[in-house]
Amino acid sequence: MSIINYISMIAMPAIILIIITYSLIEKNKVYDNFLEGAKEGVSIVYNIFPTLVGLFVAVGALRASGILDVIINFISPVIEGFNIPKEIMPLAILRPISGSASMAVATDIMNSYGVDSKIGQIASVIMGSTETTLYTIAVYTSCVKIKKTRGILMAALIGDIVGMLVSVIICNIL
Amino acid sequence: MLNILWPIFIIVAFVYAFFSGNVDKVNSVIFESTKNAVELSLTFLGTMCLWNGIMQIAYKSKLIDKIVKLLNPIIKKLFPEINKEKKIKKEIAMNMVANIFGLGNAATPLGIKAMKSMQEVNEKKDTLSNSMMMFIVINTASLQLIPTTVIAIRTSLNSNNPTAIVTPVWGASICSIIIAVMVTKIIIKRKKRN
Repeated sequence: MSIINYISMIAMPAIILIIITYSLIEKNKVYDNFLEGAKEGVSIVYNIFPTLVGLFVAVGALRASGILDVIINFISPVIEGFNIPKEIMPLAILRPISGSASMAVATDIMNSYGVDSKIGQIASVIMGSTETTLYTIAVYTSCVKIKKTRGILMAALIGDIVGMLVSVIICNIL
Repeated sequence: MLNILWPIFIIVAFVYAFFSGNVDKVNSVIFESTKNAVELSLTFLGTMCLWNGIMQIAYKSKLIDKIVKLLNPIIKKLFPEINKEKKIKKEIAMNMVANIFGLGNAATPLGIKAMKSMQEVNEKKDTLSNSMMMFIVINTASLQLIPTTVIAIRTSLNSNNPTAIVTPVWGASICSIIIAVMVTKIIIKRKKRN
């Protein structure tokens, strides 16, 4: 367990170190390149901010009104067999559909149940290990104007479900 | 999608609040949420800038070419039909590398390029080819090495150990990719028999 924590801890600094050292040996303009990328980072956050405000309000209102608990309790018997905490369900449902909405829900979950609690960790791992499946499929099929997708949605969603189940299992073990 | 979901969220929440007597809570949450969005974005801004900068350094170096070479045997296995198409293989590899480094903004245009090239050699223009299916499925799974977005969120919420989730994320991603690829392979094989 401590090894897993250690690898998690050193992964980011190690990668940064390797990249900078390698680039330096190549005699690239390391800092100029850094600034170029960092600028793009600003524009990403700038672009996502309005979405965040809109969705945080919507998701926050859903929770405060009490309707979220009603829905969660309604579906909980189905998922409790899999040992999945019911609090995760809103995230699991929204994750393949919308990147920004699932980000708002995940943040809300981490905030409400504790970022370092088991539920908070599961939400983190699900966010990190899955993608916005529906959006990805839509972008890549529409750019070549293809209509017949041969069950690719099923394959991708099965992958998502497995990823979520494994997230729950791993967090239950740790 | 959100054009439908977002108003539903708001209407359902507000209407239910009136019936359940939680209007006061909803009222205060409106302003709290906007504050949360600002706080998250500010923390987010730092991590995103740093990481995008670091990844840009990698992207401008020959490290990328090395990783593309490393990916070659995997691409051969996953895309047997386009083995002779060097240009497409390179485009697919570049898209995978951008995904691995978490450069979503770079990954999508590269991916669209790869899709267009694959469409050129596609025999049925209205149907996804085997290679295209495999390519999309890999893009719907997360290849990202460091889940920076999640780490940024965790940092902004004052986690004791924001990066603790890195290894679990790798485990979950690998399982989900393997299963998704296997299901795709099964679909491809089935269609061949028919």
